[in-house]
Amino acid sequence: MELHLTLNGKPVSKTIAPDASLLNFLRECGCHSVRSGCDTGNCGICTVWVDGQPLLSCAYPAARAEGKNITTLEGVKAEADELIRYMAEEGADQCGYCSPGFIMAVLGMKRELQNPTEKEVKHYLAGNLCRCTGYASQTRILQKYLAEVQNNG
Amino acid sequence: MAEQKLKYVNHPIPKKDAEAIMGGAPVYTDDLVPPGTLTVKLLRSPYASARITAIDTAVASKVPGVVCILTHEDVPKIRYSFAGSNYPGNNPFDRYILEDVVRYVGDPVAVIAAENEAAAIRAMKLVKVTYEQLPPVLDFETAEGNASVVHDEDDYFYQMDIGGDIKKNLLSSEGFEHGDFDAVFAACPVQLDETYYTKQNQQAMMETFRAFSYVDYSGSLTVVSSTQIPFHARRIIARALGLPPAKVRVIKPRIGGGFGAKQSLVCELFPALVTRKTGRPAKIVFTRHESFSASNSRHEFRVGVRLGAEKDGTVKALWVDSLENAGAYGEHAVNVIGLSAHKTLPLYGKASANRYTGRVVYTNTMAGGAFRGFGATQGCYAVETTVNKMARQLGLDPAAVRLANLPTVGEPMPAYYNETLNSCSLDRCIATGKKMIGWDEKYVPGSFGRKTGPHTYRGMGMAITMQGSGLTNLDACSVTLRLDDDDYYTLMIGASDMGTGCDTILAQMAAEILCCPVENITVDGVDTNHSPYDKGSYASSTTYVTGNAVVKAATQLVERMRDVAAQKLNVPATTLCFDGTTFTDGEKSLTVKEIGIESVNGQNDWLTVTASFSGKASPPPFVAGFAEVEVDTETGKVTLLDMVGVVDCGTVVNKSLARVQAEGGLAQGVGMALYEDVRYSTAGQLRTDSFMDYKIPSRLDLPNIRVAFEESYEPSGPFGAKSIGEVVINTPTPAIVEAIRNAVGVEIHSLPATAEKVYMALQNSKMA
Repeated sequence: MELHLTLNGKPVSKTIAPDASLLNFLRECGCHSVRSGCDTGNCGICTVWVDGQPLLSCAYPAARAEGKNITTLEGVKAEADELIRYMAEEGADQCGYCSPGFIMAVLGMKRELQNPTEKEVKHYLAGNLCRCTGYASQTRILQKYLAEVQNNG
Repeated sequence: MAEQKLKYVNHPIPKKDAEAIMGGAPVYTDDLVPPGTLTVKLLRSPYASARITAIDTAVASKVPGVVCILTHEDVPKIRYSFAGSNYPGNNPFDRYILEDVVRYVGDPVAVIAAENEAAAIRAMKLVKVTYEQLPPVLDFETAEGNASVVHDEDDYFYQMDIGGDIKKNLLSSEGFEHGDFDAVFAACPVQLDETYYTKQNQQAMMETFRAFSYVDYSGSLTVVSSTQIPFHARRIIARALGLPPAKVRVIKPRIGGGFGAKQSLVCELFPALVTRKTGRPAKIVFTRHESFSASNSRHEFRVGVRLGAEKDGTVKALWVDSLENAGAYGEHAVNVIGLSAHKTLPLYGKASANRYTGRVVYTNTMAGGAFRGFGATQGCYAVETTVNKMARQLGLDPAAVRLANLPTVGEPMPAYYNETLNSCSLDRCIATGKKMIGWDEKYVPGSFGRKTGPHTYRGMGMAITMQGSGLTNLDACSVTLRLDDDDYYTLMIGASDMGTGCDTILAQMAAEILCCPVENITVDGVDTNHSPYDKGSYASSTTYVTGNAVVKAATQLVERMRDVAAQKLNVPATTLCFDGTTFTDGEKSLTVKEIGIESVNGQNDWLTVTASFSGKASPPPFVAGFAEVEVDTETGKVTLLDMVGVVDCGTVVNKSLARVQAEGGLAQGVGMALYEDVRYSTAGQLRTDSFMDYKIPSRLDLPNIRVAFEESYEPSGPFGAKSIGEVVINTPTPAIVEAIRNAVGVEIHSLPATAEKVYMALQNSKMA
């Protein structure tokens, strides 16, 4: 079937299998930031935005994205790079495999929540698993990052 | 040397690959697959034990897009082990790539290669297999001598005698004794005899197993793999496929975590086999379900601990008796079991008698493999929980008991291969950990110490642990360092950065000696065609073993450059000082840049140094771990309120990376303590085979884990460093189990301490 959508601001039309997941579609479009971790919607690694809303692309049929606005990390690279700098400074990357999904969730949260508390941040990001870090470093950088980014407008 | 001012080592320097791995660059295995690559899928056994009497692939082969379907008839009849560790070694050669016998639910039966995944999956469903089911051995405690035998093949073989009897499902047996255990134990006024159980925990790295293969320009079978062991992989692939090793090449891109899982060749041979048969590139990506149910895990253990002590808490006699479930194949199992004793007993340095006995058995469950901690984790839970119980029985503070029993620096450790302890700050680790968690203020001995609500109680627990730094006299790690055609260097390594940051920390060490910014050192790894040999990243070896090779290489390269400068300037080399950019005797000088440029103009040699290192000892790092929990007696739910780990890894090479690695290790330990349950059906089907059933900690399940370092200085380590990778996972299980006991009085003898287990224990204790 034919799929038409906007990917990172550009129109894309492509033939897809009816059962293709959005995750596989995006990887075929060359978005290597979109990675698979669990196949069951548990780990958050494949997080992308559909019309600005963070969603799990592994559990989202590509066909449902018809006419929608899809954003991957590649589409918000400059903003992501800023957060990546905070994470690299703190050593919060480790294997890095889950980082793009985490980053997309954080940037989504930034748009959704104003001055969230630590508890609210943890709840928002609870679906983003990481096996390397134990999350403490992510909590540290988010305190700094959200304070500084929101203060700078 | 201990007092030297370090410019790069001991600093929190960002990882060299940080931007690429976090920013979505195509740097992981599945990002690099060439177009036109076949997709490989595996048909797996639904039975725990069966003989295949027929496989019909005729219909499946007709599915459009299917290129080949391979069965046991298509693979070389060569027994091999897919464990990546020293060779020759003690891993039994007990596998074929495919066999007419299946030994656990998930054992591969057929390899299907197709132009796309959909065709491969469709064909997989059409392969008809006829099985003769056999009664499986699922319970490891009754495996030895069981009527069902897991391995009865004639061509099974050991590389060396490991005390096995495979007709009785006994893979190996071993032990040692230091002093007269029976006599010392009998004379002890305090005697404990305890038994503990741990499960087949999953490493659960976020990137599942994956690899692809192709034939390169020279005709070499090339395998690009998410692996911790590129050089072992080359050897094993060559053996299993009956190829000369020179015709096999392994490339390791960025890896999405390993934790030991990728120290075995779980997936590589299947695409390699397809490429051999078809000449075409082929890839395999394990689903999460396959990663859970058909790869490898931590080995299941039963650990018996017999402890004899004086009334003041001095441990005099300690016996660790381990039974280990190898699962269906013997990878790593023989190496794992000993660590349950070698890395627990030495912590009680006042003991005059130690005994260790270990037996490893086969069962029809998924094979165990390597997982961070590697036996020490299982042993630590058992021994430390026993010591906590002893302290309680004697009315002593468990932290004080540890301090009173510590091994002495400068003394040999009989249970640790008789190696001498040359660095240990465990006393400071314990003191700092106590302060951080508020031990003296909050710890109440006994049970039901601190009630915080109508049915909630708080408790605290602690434990100590040690690991090693590489394998004594077994590892060989090499690096090649060269001055390039300017003032920058290339450090070529065979060590396998799996996210831990070894590319960066090894560059920090080189930078320290070359007196140049870390950015001036390009780190290249790993391609077995051009990387220097390194046995791979496991056994907590990279910082210490490969790090020592880097120190050697960088030191030699500076001397080579100094010699060139001395010759050019016509002055004695000993008069030349080096500041990282210039060699000078105060009057004449030559820059590194000039040496670099001249070395490609034929005016002096191209300066390349290769250095190797093999540890003559495996200096132990240490951790003191502390936990505080709240237990709800109505539900059994345990909430971890605080988790502190204080680490002695010698000199901390990279302060941020080490901290995060320690936090992550502690978090995995918490998962093992509280959440990560492994359950099989009565037919041997793994039930906990997804993240829905196998719960790893999320950020809501953990407090902000806190880590501190109490640096010691290891004289044999690079810049005084020891390892950190594994030691950090061990303390949470005994510390948390003791905290639960301290809160509500129940002892948990099998992990994990789930809510229902705690609740049932509470009910039973009320009835008693």
